[in-house]
Amino acid sequence: MRSDTFGITVENISVTYSNAHLALYNASCYVQSGTITGLVGPNGGGKSTLFKTIMGFVNPNQGRVHIDGLSVTMAQKRQLMSYVPQADDVDWNFPVSVADVVMMGRYGYMNMLRIPGREDRRQVAESLERVGMTDFCHRQIGELSGGQKKRAFLARAMAQNSRVILLDEPFTGVDVKTEKRIVNLLMQLRDEGHTILVSTHDLASISTFCDRTILLNRTILAEGTTADTFTEENLSMTFGGLPLSSLTQKHSISQQHYE
Amino acid sequence: MSNLCALPLPVLGLLLEPMWQWLLEPLQAGFMVKAIWVSAFVGVVCAVLSCYITLKGWSLMGDAVSHAVVPGVVVAYALGLPFALGAFIFGFGATVIIGYVKSQTRLKEDAVIGVIFTGFFAFGLVLATKIPSNVDLFHILFGNVLGISQSDIIQTLIAGLVTLVIILLRRKDLLLFCFDPNHAKAIGLNTQLMYYTLLSVLALTIVTALQTAGIVLVVAMLVTPGATAYLLTDRFDHMLAISVATSVISCVLGTYLSYHLDVSTGGSIVVLMTILFALAMVFAPKYGILGQKLRRQMPSV
Repeated sequence: MRSDTFGITVENISVTYSNAHLALYNASCYVQSGTITGLVGPNGGGKSTLFKTIMGFVNPNQGRVHIDGLSVTMAQKRQLMSYVPQADDVDWNFPVSVADVVMMGRYGYMNMLRIPGREDRRQVAESLERVGMTDFCHRQIGELSGGQKKRAFLARAMAQNSRVILLDEPFTGVDVKTEKRIVNLLMQLRDEGHTILVSTHDLASISTFCDRTILLNRTILAEGTTADTFTEENLSMTFGGLPLSSLTQKHSISQQHYE
Repeated sequence: MSNLCALPLPVLGLLLEPMWQWLLEPLQAGFMVKAIWVSAFVGVVCAVLSCYITLKGWSLMGDAVSHAVVPGVVVAYALGLPFALGAFIFGFGATVIIGYVKSQTRLKEDAVIGVIFTGFFAFGLVLATKIPSNVDLFHILFGNVLGISQSDIIQTLIAGLVTLVIILLRRKDLLLFCFDPNHAKAIGLNTQLMYYTLLSVLALTIVTALQTAGIVLVVAMLVTPGATAYLLTDRFDHMLAISVATSVISCVLGTYLSYHLDVSTGGSIVVLMTILFALAMVFAPKYGILGQKLRRQMPSV
């Protein structure tokens, strides 16, 4: 297997929702294995849609996604991907505890009855320990602070022990201290060989921990190392609110910029 | 000393005697024994499923399936087939059609559900009034557990047991499906299959409860116990236990009430369930109206 097939390859994805809203148009990008990659763009720019397409929650109208050279379905079956959802996407009133949630990360390894074994318990305990949530493991998830909620779901992703971890807006509603803590964990995970993709609309923190950056506004506007990508020109293009008709043209310009 | 101890006993007996009478007298009639254990069994099955239905937000779907079974029951009786078979096919079929119509139109789900289930129900009414059979429409609509036949009991038992076994085997996946279907998908579970598993279990439970509560009230048995329990706890296993307890108490006591007061069985069961819900709503320690008011007045407590 060629080394460049590792990581996430997105080829020419277009997604139109049933209400005819075009969320993504001809998006192609590459998330390099073993890096932290930031996905940056304005709200409504298609970040969540791209995430959902990579995870297989949304089927694109055209295009393909590969994870470590495998199709999305195969990647799901082999526990290659985990997903830390946005706070808004979780029902915080659901009667489950933190430990229950983290154990859900292990379901893919269990038999049909989902009876946890010794290894499952060990992984859950270790993940809870690493995010510093051991003392809160019996709390119902709605009783946690914003930062604790994020850490609980990050622990679930860690317990799943998947090669690729996607985090959708992990720093929304989180204080600076927790943000630092999560960033530290992400860097540790990267150093252990995980591939991490983080979506955010908060530009300030990107350059502090993202090795690579992808700029997205309905299509990929730029991608590469953070130092190369974070130019004023690229950012104003991404957040400038451009009409869709100009996107294909801009797309080719941004490609030239890197070739 | 001995005098003091001896005194309350006859007094207690005097009080207890009518209560024993009240409980034991109906049991001399065979149909009452049957009605009580059948409704208790139905109470268990409905209570277990109601936890999943309330958490998934499928109450309206339960209402839809229960109404959609009517033509199935009529057709089954006309053809001499088991009522449970007809009811299940039409109930499950309606949910498939709801899913299809929703995916093909721009309508929101509640509108689609509203259109389809009333359509099925109306078709059932037309059939029931046209096809000559010994189907009593009143019994389909409101249940008839006091007059339940042997073959109906067998069908109720089979549908209920199948439901319980499916839920028991898939309970963790179903809970995950209710909580976070995206994560279920991400770890390679077949969420489409789980969607249809939960729907077919819903249809089976409605078949189970058909003879006890009737289609109009069955939705209460599918929602209220779970809703009551949800107000009382933050743990799913406790929620299951509370749901089953309130449901069985309501079912057994409701059947007694209907005998003594000569009122509708399904009606008294659901009235009791609703009373328990109202009590939980007001007095639940954490999520009750009273508790929340008190906490707001004394934030330190």
